Amino acid sequence: MINVIWLLFLVVGIVVAMFNGNAQVVTDAAIDYAEVAVELSLGLIGVMTLWLGIMRIAENAGLVKLLGKALKPIMIRLFPEVPEEHPAMGAMVMNMAANIFGLGNAATPLGLKAMKELQEINPHKDTASNAMCTFLAINTSSVTLVTSSVIAYRAAANSANPAEIIGPTIIATTASTIAAVIAVKLLQKLPIFQIKPEKEMES
Amino acid sequence: MFQNIMGAISTYAIPLILLLIPLYGYIKKVKVYEAFTEGAKEGFYTAVRIIPYLVAMLVAIGIFRKSGAMDILNGILRPITNLIGMPSEVLPMALMKPLSGGGASGIMNDLFTTYGPDSLIGRTASIMNGSTETTFYVLAVYFGSVAIKKTRHAVLAGLIADTVGIITAVIVARIMFA
Repeated sequence: MINVIWLLFLVVGIVVAMFNGNAQVVTDAAIDYAEVAVELSLGLIGVMTLWLGIMRIAENAGLVKLLGKALKPIMIRLFPEVPEEHPAMGAMVMNMAANIFGLGNAATPLGLKAMKELQEINPHKDTASNAMCTFLAINTSSVTLVTSSVIAYRAAANSANPAEIIGPTIIATTASTIAAVIAVKLLQKLPIFQIKPEKEMES
Repeated sequence: MFQNIMGAISTYAIPLILLLIPLYGYIKKVKVYEAFTEGAKEGFYTAVRIIPYLVAMLVAIGIFRKSGAMDILNGILRPITNLIGMPSEVLPMALMKPLSGGGASGIMNDLFTTYGPDSLIGRTASIMNGSTETTFYVLAVYFGSVAIKKTRHAVLAGLIADTVGIITAVIVARIMFA
């Protein structure tokens, strides 16, 4: 699926640009965005390092386990394939907590840590496991209580009440998260999304 | 009241985490400095490992946006958004959000300037921005970090969630502010 979407972005974009007699735009965009991608990745190094360090202290102190225990009933249902005591559970819980409180900077490193742990128990290393897809769907549906950046933008634009959108946003983000969980659980049963049997030999 | 609490959380959350976790660790006899640096070592490699995936995704998205293909997609989808009562001005932001957080915020700020942040358009855009994610970016980064190439149903599920977020944002905005 990602192959088709990626190809469509490229092909449609380039064809439209040429049709508009604007092929130079493609060259500029390709080079600019390649640079932006590297800047974004390198920009992550600092916060990644910081939060993975803090995360390790939390882990060694038993904090992650504690948080994981509290949320165990929900987590086992969402991720039946992941063993209850597995470190992936703790990392996913920490990532979701960071997302809920709008700590964008902290959420990504914790999420990547969770992916790494999930990969450890993934029998097909090049294929996303059910748990990975569920985790990503919840993540991309953005469970957020405080949308601090939106509030900041509204304040900058002289809104009379910049924070009035918090309540409605919580309703909308809750709906999208519920939809994400339902969608991912239904889709994983579809034949086209099954992991091909011959791949199982590779593990 | 609720807003004050939320504001306090976003201001104090990170300082408190940075204070309490090392402190708790120390009490639990963790060698905090050593544990920190040990965990932190992974940071660099993870960040570098996502570069190819992010370049692939952002270049494709960038070409799609800058070529004008995005505007054509807007035109095609307009009749559908009219059906659900979405202000057509907000549509470009809704389409941009899964592709680029910065792009979506740019469009939102543009809507604020043109229509005001407290207009129905401005409010709908705000709620929408807060309730959807940069799905393609997150997917590229997260799957890229562990070299997953076959993403199965993750994209579709993410886009379904975004769609539901967008539609709910439109409905909630209309009920509360129209």
